[in-house]
Amino acid sequence: MTKKTTATAEKKAEKDANLAAKAPVNAGLTKDQRIELYRKMVRIRRFEERCLRAYQGKKIGGFLHLYIGQEAVAVGCCSLMGKHDHIITAYRDHGHAIAVGMDTKPLMAELYGKVTGCSKGKGGSMHYFDPTRNFWGGHGIVGGQVPLGAGLAYAIKYQGLKGAAMAFMGDGAVNQGAVHEAYNLAALWDLPVIFVIENNRYSMGTSQDRSSAGPGLAQRADAYGMEWALCDGHDVYAVRATMDKFLTRAREESKPAVVEIDTYRYRGHSVADPDKTYREKTEVEEYQRTKDPITLFQQTLRNEGVLNDELVGQIDTEAREEAENAAAFSEASPFPTVEDIQKDVYWEVDNPAQRTSEGRLFFDN
Amino acid sequence: MPVISYREAIRHAMAEELERDPNVVILGEEVAQFHGAYKVTEGLLAKFGPKRIVDTPISEAGFIGMGVGASMLGVRPVMELMFWSFYSVAFDQILNNAANVRYMSGGQINCPIVIRGPANGGTNVGATHSHTPENVLANHPGVKVVVPATAADAKGLLKSAIRDNDPVFFLENTLLYGEKSEVPEGEHIVPLGRADVKREGTDLTIVTYGRCVLHSLKAAEVLEKEHDISVEIVDLRTIRPLDIDTVLKSVAKTHRVLIVEEQKPFASVGSQISDMIQRAAFDELDGPIHRLSTIDAPAIYSPPVETEQLPNPERILKAALAALA
Repeated sequence: MTKKTTATAEKKAEKDANLAAKAPVNAGLTKDQRIELYRKMVRIRRFEERCLRAYQGKKIGGFLHLYIGQEAVAVGCCSLMGKHDHIITAYRDHGHAIAVGMDTKPLMAELYGKVTGCSKGKGGSMHYFDPTRNFWGGHGIVGGQVPLGAGLAYAIKYQGLKGAAMAFMGDGAVNQGAVHEAYNLAALWDLPVIFVIENNRYSMGTSQDRSSAGPGLAQRADAYGMEWALCDGHDVYAVRATMDKFLTRAREESKPAVVEIDTYRYRGHSVADPDKTYREKTEVEEYQRTKDPITLFQQTLRNEGVLNDELVGQIDTEAREEAENAAAFSEASPFPTVEDIQKDVYWEVDNPAQRTSEGRLFFDN
Repeated sequence: MPVISYREAIRHAMAEELERDPNVVILGEEVAQFHGAYKVTEGLLAKFGPKRIVDTPISEAGFIGMGVGASMLGVRPVMELMFWSFYSVAFDQILNNAANVRYMSGGQINCPIVIRGPANGGTNVGATHSHTPENVLANHPGVKVVVPATAADAKGLLKSAIRDNDPVFFLENTLLYGEKSEVPEGEHIVPLGRADVKREGTDLTIVTYGRCVLHSLKAAEVLEKEHDISVEIVDLRTIRPLDIDTVLKSVAKTHRVLIVEEQKPFASVGSQISDMIQRAAFDELDGPIHRLSTIDAPAIYSPPVETEQLPNPERILKAALAALA
């Protein structure tokens, strides 16, 4: 990205942010709805801070990719979901899960590998799902979920429903072939899907400058004749204003788009990342000081007269208690059994009365 | 009973299922206007229209992944791979997403997708287009793998596959598309996971599937006429689920086994079957289990030599005699 293009892009995003609060989708929010947006962001952050402690306490195995710093993106986008809107995302999925309304107890229990987890302890941190809330994962392979997102949109359109899909990905996913194949199909067939690039500036430890050619990430939509936009992901109003425009267009006109949301993660790629090699600590601190989505929205709502010290304190206390309760619930829950390993593999095995096939499905001795 | 080609049988299965269930949709490269690269879908566009019969760009990872996503929401995509060999460019979608999504969601999601197309050598198209991935596919719990040998089986098994709520991978054969045989009239369903004894015999069991069933039948005739050997041929039809009981029943009858497959020998379907037979029926065996596979190298182009690389009636005949020696 040239400096000139960067400056233009930043200017555009800033302008969008100023207009965001006045956008009808935000102007029409009730006081309670605004508080709820704030509360969700705080709940995500406190939940994840508790996850980190549990990980450090060796309660959680595998990877743990924290969303801290990016909360306004998932909360803003998911707050716009209607009955026929669906989402899918990659492995940094805790924020989206809470944003669509999943209970934090099974979310935490999943990390603990407990049978009470949202995937019964079979998926782990990267594989949260809740189809009852139109949340289709939680996917581990960079970019691999993006064609599935196009497929959700295909199904919406095939079934004649007025809805849209949001397929989230990180800035590291944009160089994967599967993403471009999904772009092409979506544009070719006018699928109602928004490809949401959560640009947190680093694909693991590789910055955008070192990984992605061309003038920008969202701009690649031009090659497919798709609309695209940049958006300030530190401002939940801006996220909602931009996404509402494209979601409405997708639902009404069945048109895809690419939206690149500028955001930042405070923690390493995963908690195993010592975060010392590819960025300066001062960079993180600068974001925390000037662009923290929770601090910024808290200030906005204080200015609007919606939040005060007492309510801010209460929301924070409740979020901390919720995270503690989730951890206690997880601690007290049982692990799956060895017998559970072979459940949920085949629909037919789980629904034996309706099995039509014969023969062996498993091949243990 | 009407005699139709394997190609027509597959087409009829799709047409009947399209008629039965509005959620069934056919997608793939050249399946609509072009009538299918191998004419399997010929006439379906005219009958069902462009919403149900959809040409995709050459973009296997994209459209297979899209089908997986659509299937999670209740669409039942039947997706054609022009060659199963192209599965490698969609591997993540097929074997990470379709195979695992049910498990990783704790059983909340199912993926009723069918991926079908030819998977065979013998057409002089070189190593890139001659893969037989049934062993690779079947190595992934969560999926089902079907390899039909005859027109009747192709029709009945494909109808079962389309109605199945798990991902089913259906491996056809370009050299079988024109083969004609009897197919029962009306609704004809073959359940997945049921093997079929294609020929009864008493001296040797040949366990096989796909085009090798036809080769084995030819070899069995010669063995009968010229060597007075009675061969029983068990056609697996489905690799996963697997009907091992029918295999073991035949082994208990003949006590000699030859496994024939159009696979490379290392960690193949045949090696799995061999292991299961020796474990379950060791005392029934009068000799070691023999296997005949594709000669272990990438598929050679040279037309007359490729015929020799694959199992063929002559190679099967020799292998059968060796198994009985």
